[in-house]
Amino acid sequence: MWDNTIVKMLLEGTGATLYMTLVSTLFGYVLGLPMGIVLAITDKEGIKPNTFIYKILDFIANIVRSIPFLILLILVIPLTKAIVGKSYGSSATIVPLVIAAAPFIARMVESSLKEVDKGVIEAAQSMGAGTFTIIWKVLLTEARTSLLVGVTIAIGTILGYSAMAGTVGGGGLGDIAVRYGYHRYQTDIMIVTIIILVVLAQILQGLGMMFSKKLDRRHV
Amino acid sequence: MEPIIRVSHVSKTFYAKNGEVEAVKDINFDIEKGDIFGIIGLSGAGKSTLVRCLNLLEKPSGGKVFVNGKSLGDLPEKELRKARRNIGMIFQHFNLLMQRSVLDNVCFPLEIAGVKKAKARKRAMELLETVGLAEKAGAYPAQLSGGQKQRVAIARVLANNPEILLCDEATSALDPQTTKSILNLLKEINRERGITIVVITHEMSVVQEICSHVAVLDHGRLAESGAVEELFRTPKTEAAKKLLLKGFAHISRMKGERKIRVTFAGKSAFEPVIGNIILECKTPVNILYADTKTINGNAEGEMILQLPDSVEIADKIVEYFQKKGLGVEEVDSYVG
Repeated sequence: MWDNTIVKMLLEGTGATLYMTLVSTLFGYVLGLPMGIVLAITDKEGIKPNTFIYKILDFIANIVRSIPFLILLILVIPLTKAIVGKSYGSSATIVPLVIAAAPFIARMVESSLKEVDKGVIEAAQSMGAGTFTIIWKVLLTEARTSLLVGVTIAIGTILGYSAMAGTVGGGGLGDIAVRYGYHRYQTDIMIVTIIILVVLAQILQGLGMMFSKKLDRRHV
Repeated sequence: MEPIIRVSHVSKTFYAKNGEVEAVKDINFDIEKGDIFGIIGLSGAGKSTLVRCLNLLEKPSGGKVFVNGKSLGDLPEKELRKARRNIGMIFQHFNLLMQRSVLDNVCFPLEIAGVKKAKARKRAMELLETVGLAEKAGAYPAQLSGGQKQRVAIARVLANNPEILLCDEATSALDPQTTKSILNLLKEINRERGITIVVITHEMSVVQEICSHVAVLDHGRLAESGAVEELFRTPKTEAAKKLLLKGFAHISRMKGERKIRVTFAGKSAFEPVIGNIILECKTPVNILYADTKTINGNAEGEMILQLPDSVEIADKIVEYFQKKGLGVEEVDSYVG
């Protein structure tokens, strides 16, 4: 069974999975990072408290996060079609992945930023720093280790989601595992895809942790 | 001359779930340019809230704070931020940026002020030189001791050339020796740069060490204020007396005996009053505590005496001290 076609298919599957995971993480942060920042600063303990905005974002984040991913995948098909042009394949899967990941990412960003010492923020305010400066030079910089740990967790979660998307024609390793392992009873191929997924997860996790440690100046 | 800071009827009320807390109530005082002004009080007296009202980190619920004659509360946001650059602040827990090097921490306020990077770095190095930490420029705060961190914070606060420096319990997390060196540095800054310093503390020793004027806060109210020597010699309020005797809790607890605190101002320290009184009354007095302090450059002595049991003789001794112009306080009357 280990002929060229299978190997090629597994390689392509791995590529597709990486593509979906990384691009979705990227766009997830494009949406989730600003959302997380706004959540952190508009909270009543934040630097620009605004209950109205906080409540709205809080609500959105909770709603999206409570929809099971498989349901969301189907629910957003019209939107996926509108953006990508089709509802199957790796690129199409990115749309629901981003929608599912963004609120989750926003929550992680929010909690990372809330870990920043209030005293340091106060010091910046006492120097006359404005909101934007505090976000950019205090919150994001001081929380960078925690934010990077968040990125690592996000990648791991999205990797798992992307495999799930395989069941409905999302492509990638999940798709292979379902088609060969489930529909064709080729357990060996399924096991190989699982091993690849585990290895990918380990590598991405390891890299993320390494970067976040390397950038941390608090323990030297 | 116009005071550099005028606090006028300032109050601050916090609204919490379990009701409102009046942290600061109708406070009035002036701080003159070049002063080192102490604000002292027990914990919970409202000192930290009050000092945050001085740069509007806390918006007063009532009253106004004037800096150089301008009411901070009436400034638009942008002007307020600019005004804050003129009012530096250092903190009990230093509040350095942990992910930035020492040099970059000192550069931070200059970045906020929009100073060019090369120029900021040069100025930051000079300031690190001033606080004696030039060789630590590349280190990170986590590698420094508490005293060194506070020095970095002081260098950072000087970067914008402020006219006013607020110190919120700046030495409370430091050991006595480091406290002394930081206080000396603050004195030097006050003397050489003419920066007006406001010191928030719960320790009378800090006030005595560096302050020229002091305000005593008690449960959010201003109990008394004035020159430090005056407070030391003749504390008028219970709150001030309590703070003065805080270090002597063990002495105060000795019950049943009449004890007095005698203070010697300037020249009376040269007269052998204790010797004289023993000769005069033919009764020994027990000295429980004695010390001399330099306050504002003057030698000030204080002594806690245990009086003899005989009411007659004890009264005579008190009278004698008063006649000699010494400050006399009954200790038991203000033991909390």
